[in-house]
Amino acid sequence: MMRPVYALSGGVSKFSKARPDKTFQAIIKEAYDYAIADLDLDMATFTAAVDGSVASYFSDHFSRQLMAGIMAQDYLGLVPKPGHRVEGGGATGGLCFQEAWKSVASGDMDVCIAYGFETMSHVETWKGNEFIALASDVSWDYPVGGFYSGYYAMMVTRHMKEYGTTVEQMAHVSVKNHLNAYHNPYAQKRNRYSIDDVRSSPMVAWPLTRLDICVMSDGAAAVIFASEEGLARLEAAGAVVSRPLVKVAGIGRGTDAMRMADRPHVDYDTFMADYATDHERNSDDTRAYYRQLWAQGTRYPGIHSFRAGRTAGNLAYRRAGIVDPLVELDFIELHDAYTSSEIQTYEDLGLCRYGEGGQFAASGRAFMPGIDYGLDLPDEPELPVNPSGGLIACGHPVGATGLMQGVFAIWQLQGTIGRHFGDPMLQVSEAEQGAIHSHAGTGTYVTVSILRKEV
Amino acid sequence: MPELPDRREETQGGFIVHGVPFPIETDPDALAFLKRLTPIQIEQEYAITYLHSYGQDSPWFAGAANRRLLAAREPESGYTYATPRGHDMYSGIETEWIDITSRRARIHAFTVCHFGSEEFLPETPYVLAMIEYEGVDTLFLSRLMGIDPDEASIEWIGMEVRPRFLRNSKLKPTDVYFVPVGLPDGAA
Repeated sequence: MMRPVYALSGGVSKFSKARPDKTFQAIIKEAYDYAIADLDLDMATFTAAVDGSVASYFSDHFSRQLMAGIMAQDYLGLVPKPGHRVEGGGATGGLCFQEAWKSVASGDMDVCIAYGFETMSHVETWKGNEFIALASDVSWDYPVGGFYSGYYAMMVTRHMKEYGTTVEQMAHVSVKNHLNAYHNPYAQKRNRYSIDDVRSSPMVAWPLTRLDICVMSDGAAAVIFASEEGLARLEAAGAVVSRPLVKVAGIGRGTDAMRMADRPHVDYDTFMADYATDHERNSDDTRAYYRQLWAQGTRYPGIHSFRAGRTAGNLAYRRAGIVDPLVELDFIELHDAYTSSEIQTYEDLGLCRYGEGGQFAASGRAFMPGIDYGLDLPDEPELPVNPSGGLIACGHPVGATGLMQGVFAIWQLQGTIGRHFGDPMLQVSEAEQGAIHSHAGTGTYVTVSILRKEV
Repeated sequence: MPELPDRREETQGGFIVHGVPFPIETDPDALAFLKRLTPIQIEQEYAITYLHSYGQDSPWFAGAANRRLLAAREPESGYTYATPRGHDMYSGIETEWIDITSRRARIHAFTVCHFGSEEFLPETPYVLAMIEYEGVDTLFLSRLMGIDPDEASIEWIGMEVRPRFLRNSKLKPTDVYFVPVGLPDGAA
């Protein structure tokens, strides 16, 4: 039986194209110190109270340093306490969040800190792309032209073919996330763009342009978790923890074949039995909709959908007691490494049906209220997606990204975005429950975690 | 009017410095000033040659070197992998080799890479495609030639293609690539 786990505080370093001013350990310390200071503790007091840690970073290549996790543990003053490093491509930070949660939920620790980083500026961009591409099969995929933007571009051309998704719909995601980030001082790219700007920026992998794709970053993030006992220990030591508390209400994970070429194309009955959300399964209209899709030739997941994302979402929703995420969630921070993958993820997470992600993107329902995006949006905002600006605008220092989402989610649920950002614009009004979603290359590992404000 | 470059290309490398500025005396003020210096960055080389084994997939490469396209089939269910796997992911049974060189093939999805990882930058723009074969359950990632990368269109999806092999095998999956059916030999 898992114990209740609270996400008490977090910190994020400013994500930047390059941080040569500090070593990775010192960049992590910025986020780490912020998380501790937000509990009104000093380092020595926190060090005495914390039981251990989980570290995350994606690539040993970027820093040309093996065992970077222990170097951070050492620098932060956490030795000889327990700790380990997790890695799972782009989902590394999300996995770290969940492993730290598990450490507390299982009873192994009462206070655990998750920290993650990536320093991607130590090599030139195209060498960085090569390193990332080595996270594809080096026998079969990498030698053909290994380039992750190319892989995602192939996925979205199939999505376009299957469902009629358009590049303009994808550009809506870019406009939204870049402009949201205008109000987020932690973000790397804070700009107002138009649909035309997105489409006329340099083509990277057709149809994805430079503004459809996240950037490489140097950065770090940290999250502090505690059990009831851990919370009492921290407060006895002087911690100031705001109420209501933020609880991790449920986690889910999914996986899929490394080579997207190997993914199945299942029939309607298998899809409904194994992959449909409860909400979809219980809707006559949706079952008829999917029957029609399959009659037209759609198969699942193919390369147009992320089965791992759907699996992770379904598991997290079930554990958190969520039936209709569009109605029950107040915001989502999801892994938008590409505008296309944000659209695909709307579908995986059940915000709309498969095939409707493009329309959902352009509808305005995933936008923030109160911001003039310069777009003609037919619907009112309903469920803000990536209010922080997401990976596209914040940047994607891989091992930190999933934790960054966790930090922003904590602040949303605490109602403290205004204090942390120095600007209240991105505070989701009366946020009670949100989701964070972390995703590794072409949908191999995906994590979904639900955070909830305790009442 | 075409957009003119307004920045010079950045490359790594530079002068080697002999003599690094540093306070002559390490008095408290001078030591405190060290906190205000910009960081020193150096270059570190990292190159290595791996002996990579294709293991149980090796016959596929031998086949491509001999202008044969192999696939892996689960002997009982018949489930067939275009990109070979030694064991079926559903039954766990060892697969057997089949020859699919002459099967009909189509473009399932594609992209045109105008940028890429460092190794492939000189080849841009190049077309990547997921190929679907008749009677084969999974796809195959390959290069597509004989098609104008500046005319990319979703209509390419579904186009019938056929394999073409390098005369001089490199023992890489790129020993085979695809061209549109109907393209005369020698046109690509």
